[in-house]
Amino acid sequence: MTALLEVEDLAYTYPDGTRALMGVSFSVAEGERVALLGPNGAGKTTLLLALIGIVEAQSGEVRVGGVTLEPETYPEVRRRIGVVFQDPDDQLFMPTVWRDVAFGPANLGLPAEEVESRTKEALAAVGMEEQADRAPHHLSGGEARRAAIATVLSMRPDVLVLDEPTSNLDPVGQRELAELLETLDTTQLIVTHDLPLALRLCPRSIVLNGGRVAADGPTAELLSDAALMAANRLELPYGFDPGTIAGR
Amino acid sequence: MSGVHAHALHYHGHSPVHRLASEVKIVAMFAFVAAVIATPTREVWAFGALAAILAVAVGLAELPTAFFLKRLSIELPFVIFALAMPFVGVGPYVEVGSLSLSVPGLWGAWNVLAKATLSVGASVVLSATTEVPDILAGFDRLRAPRLLTAIAGFMIRYLEVVVSELGRVRTAIAARLGNLSRRQEAATLASVAGTMFIRAYERGERIHQAMLARGYRGTIPPAATPALPARWAGTVAWIAASWVVAAAAILTS
Repeated sequence: MTALLEVEDLAYTYPDGTRALMGVSFSVAEGERVALLGPNGAGKTTLLLALIGIVEAQSGEVRVGGVTLEPETYPEVRRRIGVVFQDPDDQLFMPTVWRDVAFGPANLGLPAEEVESRTKEALAAVGMEEQADRAPHHLSGGEARRAAIATVLSMRPDVLVLDEPTSNLDPVGQRELAELLETLDTTQLIVTHDLPLALRLCPRSIVLNGGRVAADGPTAELLSDAALMAANRLELPYGFDPGTIAGR
Repeated sequence: MSGVHAHALHYHGHSPVHRLASEVKIVAMFAFVAAVIATPTREVWAFGALAAILAVAVGLAELPTAFFLKRLSIELPFVIFALAMPFVGVGPYVEVGSLSLSVPGLWGAWNVLAKATLSVGASVVLSATTEVPDILAGFDRLRAPRLLTAIAGFMIRYLEVVVSELGRVRTAIAARLGNLSRRQEAATLASVAGTMFIRAYERGERIHQAMLARGYRGTIPPAATPALPARWAGTVAWIAASWVVAAAAILTS
């Protein structure tokens, strides 16, 4: 398998001295779906922002599809790595769903017909064609989440990076979102606290803790390793036994 | 949460005015307001004619009279201001019952009342027949500065978010604090204002990050081409009627 996304020794210290990333390395192959797990404050969100240069890492390297992240390649890397932020209210900022989904392709400088066909395609991929003309605040939680994913799909990213895609959704909404992510064949990196979701969707997980990669391996194995789980403040829902569930 | 047609000012319908492209309605509204403002105050007949022209638009838009009048109530602050004018204006005065009213003040009140009512009426027709995103797209198509329409869009988009956040903060305060003295209440509200500012600021930062992540480089992409026909002819005739009235009033005054 060829590595599509490569992160090498990435380090970032916030201006106030907080060391958020202390040499993070991993790679994701094309077509893989990988979960990024870790307790609050592990550096997950910082890592996600550093992948696209919104947070500028002091050292280390990010490469996606052979393109190395540097200020000149920000537009290219941001097209290739599509980040869906945690709060759809942050992600959906245009007056209608349609214009929001068209925002990325339009910024790529594509001709109007191409913007339109990509917008349609992305809305269809998440089943939101009907809601295209709605204002974002008239969407349900699940709809808003799907619209947020469409805003990134329309840029045809190489890698889809999702920050807590199931947060604030009810159980049905969570299941529906998981089913949607299963249907997308884009390479995915899913940042989540939802361990059953990780087990369901991602054959492989990376555990981040204290700004370092604490573990990287098959999700079912990691979730069954009680010592590893406890050391990284990870905990399965009450009564959940990963051994009895068919992982991927 | 409600359906598609859910902004408070909108009246759902399929009238000819609803089905008119938004930029046409915007131009018509501003042109009508210009005619209203240009009409000399003392040509009372002209305001009657302008009201009739506005009534035609309300009729074509199939807006119920009760809805229209209710929406007009937004001008109440101006009405209160207008009603005060006859009492504070200078002479000459006219005696009405036991009251001594200023004649220039009365004309001033009439001026404010008539012009505000007609202008607000025209904007009610626009807002009742056009969804907010369409109004913004209409301004875009009229080549209004993109920055201004983008700011207006963000404002409308996030007003609801901020108001619901404020609602949650107030509920949280009410849940923890029973009966406050006036002073405590003022202090609490002041800290809420600070909290709200910081939250709004942080949200702004996150939105900016989300925009950068999708390739934002300083310009908001324009709205797509209009889905609705422009049909200028009828609208221009309607605008022309109001300008003829204004011109006639200026000439006869």
